[in-house]
Amino acid sequence: MADIIQVKNVSKSYWRDSIETSVLHDISLDIKEGEFMALMGPSGSGKTTLLNLISGIDKPTRGEIIINGTDISRLNESSLAKWRSNNIGFVFQFYNLIPVLTAFENVELPILLTKLSKAERKQHVETALNIVGLNDRMDHYPKQLSGGQEQRVAIARAIVTDPVILVADEPTGDLDRNSAGEILILMERLNQEFNKTILMVTHDPHAASKAHVIRHLEKGDLIQETV
Amino acid sequence: MKILKLIFKNSLRHKLRTALTIFGIAIAVIAFGLLRTVVTAWYSSVKAASANRLIVRQSVSFIFPLPYSYREKIAQVPGVKEVTFANWFGGTYIDKNNFFARLAVDADTYFEVYNEFVLPKDQLDTFKKERNSCVIGADIAKKYHLKLGDVITLDGDIYPGRWEFVVRGIYQPKFKSTDAMQMLFHWSYLDETMKQEMPGRAGDVGWFVVLINDPAQSASISNQIDGIFNNSTAETKTETEAAFQQGFIQSSSAIITSMNFISFVIIGIIMLVLGNTMIMSARERTREYAVLKTLGFSGKHLAGIILGESLLISFLGGGIGLLLTFPIVSGFSQFIPKGIFPVFEIEPITIIFSCGSAILIGIVAALFPIQRALTTRIVDGIRFSG
Repeated sequence: MADIIQVKNVSKSYWRDSIETSVLHDISLDIKEGEFMALMGPSGSGKTTLLNLISGIDKPTRGEIIINGTDISRLNESSLAKWRSNNIGFVFQFYNLIPVLTAFENVELPILLTKLSKAERKQHVETALNIVGLNDRMDHYPKQLSGGQEQRVAIARAIVTDPVILVADEPTGDLDRNSAGEILILMERLNQEFNKTILMVTHDPHAASKAHVIRHLEKGDLIQETV
Repeated sequence: MKILKLIFKNSLRHKLRTALTIFGIAIAVIAFGLLRTVVTAWYSSVKAASANRLIVRQSVSFIFPLPYSYREKIAQVPGVKEVTFANWFGGTYIDKNNFFARLAVDADTYFEVYNEFVLPKDQLDTFKKERNSCVIGADIAKKYHLKLGDVITLDGDIYPGRWEFVVRGIYQPKFKSTDAMQMLFHWSYLDETMKQEMPGRAGDVGWFVVLINDPAQSASISNQIDGIFNNSTAETKTETEAAFQQGFIQSSSAIITSMNFISFVIIGIIMLVLGNTMIMSARERTREYAVLKTLGFSGKHLAGIILGESLLISFLGGGIGLLLTFPIVSGFSQFIPKGIFPVFEIEPITIIFSCGSAILIGIVAALFPIQRALTTRIVDGIRFSG
């Protein structure tokens, strides 16, 4: 399998009140297409920052990030926005659904930006909700769903554009054990059945155990590789 | 689902807040519309002025009279078609609150010069024949339930005494802007009484009204008339009827300026109210905007969503306010004496201003939230907990 994600000598620093805080130090990382990788590490180790850089919602201070042949560190904001909508599916810890929209409408959001017809959009949304097992909840608002169901809607929203890569930041962090288990099974399925490359940040060793590869970050450095 | 639906649903998130903001905008638009209507009503007499009429008055002030003898000299100026005159009478009809203009006029020529006062020929003929008769506007007849043959008794103040006039004519206004709240009677009747009781005030008229053939010649004719009476005991100032009316309004310019200022202050205040609502909404949705950006929504999309919501609220408030302004202005007009504002209705310019203000409020109120949404980095927005 070819490397779909190539992180080359990436560093990231933040400036606050003229003080530079270095978060990532010269990180290099390759992820193969169809791989399921877990990023672990203590709070403040830089794992979410690395996830943000790879998903194109933040830019590195130094280094290159090449995703599927595109050096995203060189893209401007509008190109990056378009690139994200075509290539990346996001799953957040706190779901981040729009509360005034139904499950169907939340999942439809990313494809509103495409040229798909209404009928095509409906088909895509129903397929995505079907994959996560919520086609009977499509008219429900987020407040009418359980935490696990909300996260499944968020996953449906992430996959509705059929992205090649799924990034998930603590996707089970806000869920009870049973719901977390369901989400992990779903992510495994997305990886195995639909060949999605998944990069997941987690604190939970049980969640990480579902991944093919686990990488640890500590104080901004990748320290070991576990297979 | 379309973006419009998202805008609509966003605006209804805090129903009470949105309803109060819409209510506030509606009230402001009503207040704006009322004030603008008063201002435009104030200028209605200027608009109603005829371009081919000049007013000749005493150069010091229109409250000082001019000798009746000027009439012949004015009539001889080239370009002058007709000369008539009028004199402010004042007085009280039943009660001091019953305000309308009472003028002593030249019965033979006044209705020729003021052809927008439409009087049936038989009534005009009767009026001309009877020296103690008068003609009243249709609005006076309606307001005081007067009809032909009724007697109007005035208590004089400028011209002391008890004056009785028989109504022999009721004129109809030719145009909507024509003042139908005037009472006109014979100047000769007034002058004869003055000759007997106050000889020093006999032979005076308040102002001359000059009908000219060509409005383009008004400046040169005005100069010629004033030139005739230069260095006389009663020098004249001749100006167009519009300028003369403007002079009246000038005396109230501070009030009008204040009203104009207040009307725009109201727009400013409501801009702040909506701006505050939009800022609160945008702040509460900082994380959502970051999520939308993450999903590929561009700055233009976010700006459109925020601007759309702001415009939706301002249009709703503005529309409701504008719709309510019509019956409210109509209601106010029932209580405002017609003698003060012959025309008290919403002008097209007021509607344009109100609509324009609603659009402007919507745009301005959205600027800061848009700027905030566009400049907040996704990673900061996602972490935001407002």
